[in-house]
Amino acid sequence: MSGGFLFAFAGLGLLVIGAWALVLRAHLIRKVLAINVMGSGVFLILVGSGSMDGGAVDPVPQAMVITGIVVAISATALALALVLRIANATGKPALPEDQDRDLMDEEGR
Amino acid sequence: MPELLADAPWMLWSIALPLIGALLVFLLPRRAAPIGLSTACLTAATALAVLFQVAFDGPRIYRVGGWGAPLGIDLMADGLSVIMLAMTAVVGTAISVYARVYLAGTPEKVRRFWPLWLFLWAALNALYQAGDVFNLYVTLELLGLSAVALVALTGSAPALWGAMRYLLVSLLGSLSYLLGVALLYHAYGTVDLALLGERADGGLILAVPLGAMIAGLLLKTGLFPFHVWLPPAHGSARAPVSALLSGLVVKASFYLLLRLWFTFVPEGQGLPILLGSLGAAAIFWGSVQALRQRRLKLLVAYSTVAQLGYLFIAFPLAGLDPALAWGGSIYLAVSHAFAKGAMFLAAGSIMTQGGHDDIDELDRVVDRMPLTLAAFALAGISLAGLPPSGGFVGKWMLLQAAMAQELWFWAFVIIGGGVLTAAYVFRVLGFAFTESPHEHEQHEVPLTMEWTALLLALGAVLLGFVAPWALPLLDGVLP
Repeated sequence: MSGGFLFAFAGLGLLVIGAWALVLRAHLIRKVLAINVMGSGVFLILVGSGSMDGGAVDPVPQAMVITGIVVAISATALALALVLRIANATGKPALPEDQDRDLMDEEGR
Repeated sequence: MPELLADAPWMLWSIALPLIGALLVFLLPRRAAPIGLSTACLTAATALAVLFQVAFDGPRIYRVGGWGAPLGIDLMADGLSVIMLAMTAVVGTAISVYARVYLAGTPEKVRRFWPLWLFLWAALNALYQAGDVFNLYVTLELLGLSAVALVALTGSAPALWGAMRYLLVSLLGSLSYLLGVALLYHAYGTVDLALLGERADGGLILAVPLGAMIAGLLLKTGLFPFHVWLPPAHGSARAPVSALLSGLVVKASFYLLLRLWFTFVPEGQGLPILLGSLGAAAIFWGSVQALRQRRLKLLVAYSTVAQLGYLFIAFPLAGLDPALAWGGSIYLAVSHAFAKGAMFLAAGSIMTQGGHDDIDELDRVVDRMPLTLAAFALAGISLAGLPPSGGFVGKWMLLQAAMAQELWFWAFVIIGGGVLTAAYVFRVLGFAFTESPHEHEQHEVPLTMEWTALLLALGAVLLGFVAPWALPLLDGVLP
């Protein structure tokens, strides 16, 4: 199994972990982090797919990942600004349906 | 001089101008409104220039910086691109004129609205002219981020929640799309749409990335059952922003879906029927929800959910005569942009006048704002698909496609959806003619706001007459 496959499978794992947290976590910063983890997963798949044959590494996916990272940073900045505004306006960084939930998910521990 | 103008790189300018304008507004916030509005008019003019170039000389490719693919970025404009560009130009100009008057009383909103809206316009124009799947991803993200920021402009808790949910959905959709891009590149070694179309040969290696991309785009378009984020975001934004989102932004991801579909022409009957069924479900669910709403803006937002469903009816009907079904769907998308833009602008005027948008309390709006109510009614006529409106042409083409293949279920959906549309439009009109027992505040509404909504609605109705010139543009684009 070449390094490329390892990257791609790790990326797939990150994608699943991120999706899981995005759906289940109520705290908005956790949701933003979850999106970021998913994004890293997709980037890993992109990079991994560029070096699967074991020969020379294809530079195009790397260029795409750099662009993707720039997009992800802007999106994260906007998301965090929104989380701050929501926390200031409502006192709780959560969507309306999660307003009654314990945001740190500590009840089970 | 005429040759110089005819050959000028208008494709590039239609993207560069709004970007320059947005930056200028940032630098000169005191002059935001005049700079913003004049940039908007110039941008619309460049987009129409591209329309004329393509209408007379056929599809164009512009190599940015002279590099050419695969190193550089190629812009590509064909009939479908220019129809979407022209739609954005006309609806965008009307919304800009309206927004200048609508926002005049709130200077801090003026400063934020114009740069975001011009960024959004640049993203739309870039998306319609992008020639490879990765640039399409970048433009999709640009579009999503500026749209989310525009929703948050309202500043109230419901609007912020709406914006947050919209952002999460939009990012999830783009990631799913990007995953598809990664897998496509791995399979075929290119991101260029034309090359992908030549190399793609079907099977699982195409189905998996295409599935991921289509799922992401459905999420962004807000097709039932992925629509839950749409009404809160569209309903809580300021009126010009709602008009932008419902009229233009959701069309961008639909356009991209069509572009992928026309490039790869997926085999089999399962996926088209699934998309069509989701569309049918959207028509009924969206219309029933629209009928149940108490607030006017939410009614209009749910109507968007329903009308988006119509666009997907073309998928199962495209078998016999693709030009008829796809032409109808695209024509419906364009006339929905006009009509829904006008409807949200009219709703904004009604809200400004009475200070509320309770449908039961409309309190003889017909006496106080006959122009605005006429705009709402005309837009409703186009949405319901009565002749001679653009909505009629689109629905008639879809209906013809269904009848020709004796697919009665889809014909029934098309007609039934029209009846439901008429029902919720007349529900609003009914209350606009009845007196309410309660007293309401009265505000002056500038005539510019009333007239822009009316002219846009008139455009939606008159679009029916433009069909003989618009539809031939699609020759050679449809599969």
